[in-house]
Amino acid sequence: MGVPLVEMRGIEKSFPGVHALVDARFELLPGEVHALVGENGAGKSTLMKVLAGVYTKDAGQVLVKGREVHITSPRSAQDLGVCMIHQELNLMGHLTVAQNIFIGREPRRRLSFVLDDREINRKAQELLDLLNLDLDPRSRVADLTVAKQQMVEIAKALSYNSEVLIMDEPTAALTDTEIADLFRIIRQLQQKGVGVVHISHRLEELKQISNRITVMRDGHYVATEATEAVSIERIISMMVGRTIYEAAPELPEHPSQEVVLEARHLRRGRAIQDVSFQLHRGEILGFAGLVGAGRTEVARAIFGADPLESGEILVQGKKVHIRIPADAVRHGIAYLSEDRKRYGLTLGMDIETNLVLSALHRFLGLLGWVKTAETRANADKYVAALSIRTPSVKQLARNLSGGNQQKVVVGKWLTADTQVLIFDEPTRGIDVGAKSEIYKLLNELARQGKAILMISSELPELLRMSHRIVVMCEGRVTGELAAGPSQEQVMTYATQRQTAVLRTEAPAAKA
Amino acid sequence: MSEPLAQPVSQHRRLSLASLIQLGAMQRLLAFAALILLLVVFSVASPNFFQVDNLIGILIATTVNGVLALGVTYVIITAGIDLSIGTVMTLSAVMTGVFITNWHFPVLLGTLGGIATGTLAGLVNGTIIAKLKVPPFIATLGVLNIAKGLALVFSGLRPIYFNDTPVFNQTAMGSIIGKVIPGWDVPNLVLVLFGAAVVASLVLSKTSLGRYTFALGSNEEATRLSGVNVDAWKISVYALCGFFAGLAGVLIAARLNSAQPSLGFGYELDAIAAAVIGGTSLSGGEGTILGTVIGAFIISTLTNGLRILSVPQEWQTVVTGMIVILAVYLDIIRRRRRA
Repeated sequence: MGVPLVEMRGIEKSFPGVHALVDARFELLPGEVHALVGENGAGKSTLMKVLAGVYTKDAGQVLVKGREVHITSPRSAQDLGVCMIHQELNLMGHLTVAQNIFIGREPRRRLSFVLDDREINRKAQELLDLLNLDLDPRSRVADLTVAKQQMVEIAKALSYNSEVLIMDEPTAALTDTEIADLFRIIRQLQQKGVGVVHISHRLEELKQISNRITVMRDGHYVATEATEAVSIERIISMMVGRTIYEAAPELPEHPSQEVVLEARHLRRGRAIQDVSFQLHRGEILGFAGLVGAGRTEVARAIFGADPLESGEILVQGKKVHIRIPADAVRHGIAYLSEDRKRYGLTLGMDIETNLVLSALHRFLGLLGWVKTAETRANADKYVAALSIRTPSVKQLARNLSGGNQQKVVVGKWLTADTQVLIFDEPTRGIDVGAKSEIYKLLNELARQGKAILMISSELPELLRMSHRIVVMCEGRVTGELAAGPSQEQVMTYATQRQTAVLRTEAPAAKA
Repeated sequence: MSEPLAQPVSQHRRLSLASLIQLGAMQRLLAFAALILLLVVFSVASPNFFQVDNLIGILIATTVNGVLALGVTYVIITAGIDLSIGTVMTLSAVMTGVFITNWHFPVLLGTLGGIATGTLAGLVNGTIIAKLKVPPFIATLGVLNIAKGLALVFSGLRPIYFNDTPVFNQTAMGSIIGKVIPGWDVPNLVLVLFGAAVVASLVLSKTSLGRYTFALGSNEEATRLSGVNVDAWKISVYALCGFFAGLAGVLIAARLNSAQPSLGFGYELDAIAAAVIGGTSLSGGEGTILGTVIGAFIISTLTNGLRILSVPQEWQTVVTGMIVILAVYLDIIRRRRRA
């Protein structure tokens, strides 16, 4: 084995109140795909951001190709051939593909401040051809799909002649075909000797693509193992520091036949095309489909967050008019967005306040005076009932882990006495350990008679949790499956496209 | 003229209706149509409107606001705002007076000094915003007051006249065009507006400064992580805006043959309105110089036409306000349609 591309030793990093990295270690060889795993807050992203110059380390050594280096900015990392693709894509939506790729390094005309547009498009095309990417350098990035935007990020990273490519959760928003495409590109880079760091929560995926796996926990280095020599169970137990008891896929009791929510012929442009379904009391109805299939759009339309062009919504058999979210809440419908931090919680307020926000009118006295004793009692009740782990109900929502934040959002809707809970990706960004708790909570809610609509892109999760599964593709319902279908069945329906298949799928055969 | 004035993304060759809407070209088109409509309506309504003298009057009235709007267009594209341009313009006019009349600098040097004053104010704005991380609204509101106060201080609370240097006013108000086309005595300062617009447009679409202006407004963090020195470019954008405010100060001083220390407050809003009417998005990432120039002409045509129709000044202001709201509303509709 040659000299490692990157060696990190004894890396320390603190943020106010958090010791994020404690004696962290990492090594990357040329032509290696090295997976970096750990629960949320384990320090994976922080460690890689130190390498990419987003953060500067407090202590420790970073060696690139055996030479100690001091990385102080994204620019200095790029100069060393280290490039990072962040979880939240970092693109300028108003600029074109080519302009994004070469931002900061635009080809110039003879006068150094004048840009050469023809040259930038030519160079971008060259790069895209090299990577076998079907993209027009002149397209506006905001008009592309997330997957294509990701490809732009990769092309951009490689345009720095990067030898080290760090990808933070690159597959989170991609469909399976798109993931296959991404992996094809990664393998291609691997053959060129590029070292790839792959941060992901999806362990099955890491088994497919990586050569070695490094596990981190609480900012510490745990272990580095060869991928083929280690089982997923072993990785998980290293991540959480204990062996999790994974309950066998068990379905909650059968729901009643009472229809709580019914959608009839919902339509809005291309996003929602004649969607109908029924949701029963005590049922968990899974919504499967690829990203962009229209599942979130349907949920938001039912909740009144986006308008519908036509169609009917019935609650408990009665037709209702939902124009704004307040209408939906009045009819007992709640929507739990996948982006909890932006749409679910007021991060700067405490648990107690967050819990009563949707039903504050029930806690008001004379002249709108908030009855704090009652809000306090309500908070105590739900912290106990949902086992929210927090030192106090006065803890700010910001300081809770993802799983506990999700529980607070659930508690908020239970406080508002909702009967229908629409969960959009309920476990996205939640630790492996906390996921099973969310599952338990969903089962418990169903057992109590709540009707649950669950949108998820993780098929195993949907298959395990749902009584029935509605599959969508391109805005249409393409199938409805009873409990226990196979992944293949769901995927068949999820890919029943009407329009032509994207060209990106074609080159996958080369991999 | 439309080719160099186009924004970078308009290199799309296809021109479907959808792309027109998306590129903000729709609003520019709308703005242009609105301008033509105004000209037609006022011409029909009053025989005094479509006269050479009156049209030249509109051109003159557009000049100062137009030049201010050029600079603030850059700032708005970065998703920032500059409220100080009106009083910075005044301060620049006063300093031009101080340099030329009080200190007897040569006119050219005094003029450059006036422009430098504006640029310096812009540098201060940019530095406060980029380095101290003060929100642009607050930072430039502070500088607005500082410039307003300093203009009074340096002028000694009195207008400064340029009576010793008639060449200053004569250069601005003389007409090269009038010599070529008799009867069309368009003052030279109008040419300054068009010259400045062409330069501003080229800089916006063809240079690194322009590219980073769009990048900052589109996604500042992404731009930073791409290794671009975000702070430096942001300071440059505000300095450029200050440069145009300085130029506007010199123009207004030359036109009035005096520096009026209490003038200028409120000009910033007209300039911002011109940019917004012309399709510059207040949430950043979009905008063109051509649109801004059209926007500035809409405002001055409207003011002029309403005055000719004897609409009282206070009602003219009310109408301008409604037009701005309408323009921003159109911008919002456009954005919603895209989402």
